[in-house]
Amino acid sequence: MFIKRLSICILLFCSAAVQASPDIQFWETGSGARVYFVETHELPMVDIELAFDAGSSRDGGMPGLAMMTNTMLAEGAGGRTVDEISRGFEDLGAVYANSAGKDNASLNLRSLVDPELLKPALENLRLVFTRPDFPEDSFERERSRVLVALKQKQQSPASLASDSLRSAIYGEHPYASPDEGTEDSLQAMRLEDIKAFYKKYYVARNLTIAIVGDLDRKQAGQLVDDLLTGLPAGNKAASLPPVKPLKEAETIKISHPSQQTHILIGQPGIRRDDPDLFPLYVGNHILGGGGLVSRLFEEIREKRGLSYSTYSYFFPMKQTGPFTAGTQTRAEQADEARRIMLEQIRLFIEKGPTAEELAAAKKNLTGGFPLRIDSNSDILRYLSMIGFYNLPLDYLDTFNSKVEAVTAEQIRVAFARKLNPDHMVTVMVGQVAGLAEGSVTE
Amino acid sequence: MKILHGSAILLKTLCLGLALNTAVLAETQEFTLDNGLKVLVKEDHRAPVVVSQVWYKVGASYEVSGLTGISHALEHMMFKGTKKYAPGEFSRIISENGGNENAFTSSDYTAYFQTLEKSRLPISFELEADRMRHLTLPADEFAKEIEVVMEERRLRTEDSPESFAFETLMATAFQTSPYRQPIIGWMADLEAMTVDQLRDWYQRFYAPNNATLVVIGDVEAKKVLKLARKYFGPLPSSEIEPEKTLPETEQRGIKRVVIKRPAELPHLMMAYKTPSLNSTLNNAGSSPAWEPYALEVLSGILDGGNSARLETNLVRGKELAAMISLDYRFTARLGTVLTISAIPAADVSLDQLELAIREELERISTKKVSKAELDRVKAQVIADDIYQRDSLFYQGMVLGIFESIGLSWKHADDYVPAVKAVTAEQVLAVAKKYLVDDGLTVAELEPLPMDPSAKRHATAGESDYVH
Repeated sequence: MFIKRLSICILLFCSAAVQASPDIQFWETGSGARVYFVETHELPMVDIELAFDAGSSRDGGMPGLAMMTNTMLAEGAGGRTVDEISRGFEDLGAVYANSAGKDNASLNLRSLVDPELLKPALENLRLVFTRPDFPEDSFERERSRVLVALKQKQQSPASLASDSLRSAIYGEHPYASPDEGTEDSLQAMRLEDIKAFYKKYYVARNLTIAIVGDLDRKQAGQLVDDLLTGLPAGNKAASLPPVKPLKEAETIKISHPSQQTHILIGQPGIRRDDPDLFPLYVGNHILGGGGLVSRLFEEIREKRGLSYSTYSYFFPMKQTGPFTAGTQTRAEQADEARRIMLEQIRLFIEKGPTAEELAAAKKNLTGGFPLRIDSNSDILRYLSMIGFYNLPLDYLDTFNSKVEAVTAEQIRVAFARKLNPDHMVTVMVGQVAGLAEGSVTE
Repeated sequence: MKILHGSAILLKTLCLGLALNTAVLAETQEFTLDNGLKVLVKEDHRAPVVVSQVWYKVGASYEVSGLTGISHALEHMMFKGTKKYAPGEFSRIISENGGNENAFTSSDYTAYFQTLEKSRLPISFELEADRMRHLTLPADEFAKEIEVVMEERRLRTEDSPESFAFETLMATAFQTSPYRQPIIGWMADLEAMTVDQLRDWYQRFYAPNNATLVVIGDVEAKKVLKLARKYFGPLPSSEIEPEKTLPETEQRGIKRVVIKRPAELPHLMMAYKTPSLNSTLNNAGSSPAWEPYALEVLSGILDGGNSARLETNLVRGKELAAMISLDYRFTARLGTVLTISAIPAADVSLDQLELAIREELERISTKKVSKAELDRVKAQVIADDIYQRDSLFYQGMVLGIFESIGLSWKHADDYVPAVKAVTAEQVLAVAKKYLVDDGLTVAELEPLPMDPSAKRHATAGESDYVH
């Protein structure tokens, strides 16, 4: 199946708002975990997400540690083997998933609410994050599989480009390293490191729980109490260091046999709690965030046919998340595509959007609000984000009014404050002939 | 347990991971307009949202040699203007109305969709009806857009060793079936394609009597029908000339192919010829109608989660695979394949890996699966049937796919009961019948060095397909 345009596989800015925002119930458990719950009774199912402040930004000089710890949880727990744990979910039709990013590491369970199915699935999940056994043989296997995955990344120009961009933007900051780790860090990793990481970060005070589904408040409260039995309160993870702004422009060229050159341009962008968030969100929608309608899409694809995909986004995080713009085109056209992208970014920072563009963007964002929360899985995603980043409970209710309030001048000022077109990192991966490989300071 | 569309390997590179199952759609309502447009409506009042999809019965498997990729190229051009709306206006109007939209092309169908706040359904209908019959196909827009499509091919296929190998696997497994052709088309065909060819293709397949309109969401079926009559009703129907699809010639022995590309990792892909639901029902009597469902259960037992056999025995257990996955294209329009794709663990050869996979297949072909395994797959199918109703879009996909491959959407309703009725004996029977060497094609991706000087040699021409 081919889609007209690749969507970006990350949650950009979460947006939503009007009509019927879900009613969010919030409470804190005795041990300090924060719970966000939305009742939906149309389908006999429930989605649960446990998000620990245990992402790769906590790797502490050993890249890959957070992700490996997250993976290892279901490899044996409470005396159950990995096979027994897998069957413990799948025999019931339940779906378990885990993931680790920069800011958090999460576990997800989707189950029917029939107590005969839900109860044993929950007990299985409880063992996974409260009593992991961390068997040695699983660790060796998973380490070896991650090393294979690292090789797979080496053959993907897109992965090479994004790893390189992130490393250049973040330098010494914990956000710099790849979530999977590096060959060196994985070779150096010991089971003791994983056990220590688990003990420190997988604790109630470091946990946000999001629940959406066919339960009432009492059932959800009981579910959480049962689920957290045996999880120590622990301590909240310390704040991450701030991200330093870039001091100069940099261009990185990486030689790769791909026919296309992948081009990424980036800089540190914003934190999730930044007051400029809405002007930047609406502004970026116009620059490169609006799907089949944006300045980059118009200039790179529609006018010139240079590329299949082009986009820009701010990725707000606990600390300053990246601003990234990207495209890919065959080698002969790479310089042209890069020049146009930089020009468009520069122009937008200098002049901001037109009144017509702003009006159209607002119509899209506010008119499309109901789409953003039209399923349990969408609501779960917002709930988890609101919880993990400590956003106000009325985030969804006020979303449209905040979008409406944005002015063209606010966008221009916010872009100029956050982005410096003279200090951008550019990464080009492909057959970059005629130019020396490596890093060039311009 | 997967209703698959297109190649699963390609799908996994997309966000839109729609490899889910059928849902029981008992409340679906069906209408047919006088001009032949089929209209399917399913009310789902959970949120004030509506999904509208227009499905055309055309895709890569309708194409002939020399014209590969034309269905997909035309899909791109459907955004490039009509007599009434200039290029890009379609997307601009949908965007201003808060909509999400896109389109996709598979081997068996081409579909266009919008998701909108429910009151804006007429906007979608007006625009879709307009481009069903009034596309202008300007030559200057085509000249740019075909470049975009070629960039898309570079992105997805040329620069992805795994996709490239998968394309070769399909082109090798199928000898006469159009499934040998890539959806995006061969590069040489894209380079030679003309806007007049697209115009002919459009005239031939884009008509109300070759389309299905699927609407899911917070709507009333009767009002949707009224709206559909208003906007699509006036469109003239066409005489749809039946396409002449060559049947796949019977394979009589194992086929092997090696693909050399710059890559870091070797990759093993195996394809076994199998019937699909539609090919079974279309050749009544050739094989029992339960076979495709038994193949679904077999797929679940081998690859339906972390507790399935391939993951348990080959990724864990023997630790010979770093990654392994299986796909069976249950909803293919024509006879299809069951594919297994695997990356060996470190220091494991492709031969060792293939041997181990074949041992697993041998086991399932000679010994009945356990009751526990059968029960697990059925529990998953029953649960998935509920989970899938969380997505309006997916519910629409199911209806659209079944209609477009030539089966009634009503077959979607049979899915859960038919899977529940599958016995261990039936799983054994389909394993024995279809997991055989005579229907097998094996493709090996053999990595060349990533060094660019070696690469330049390897890609000196477009003719480096190794068959």
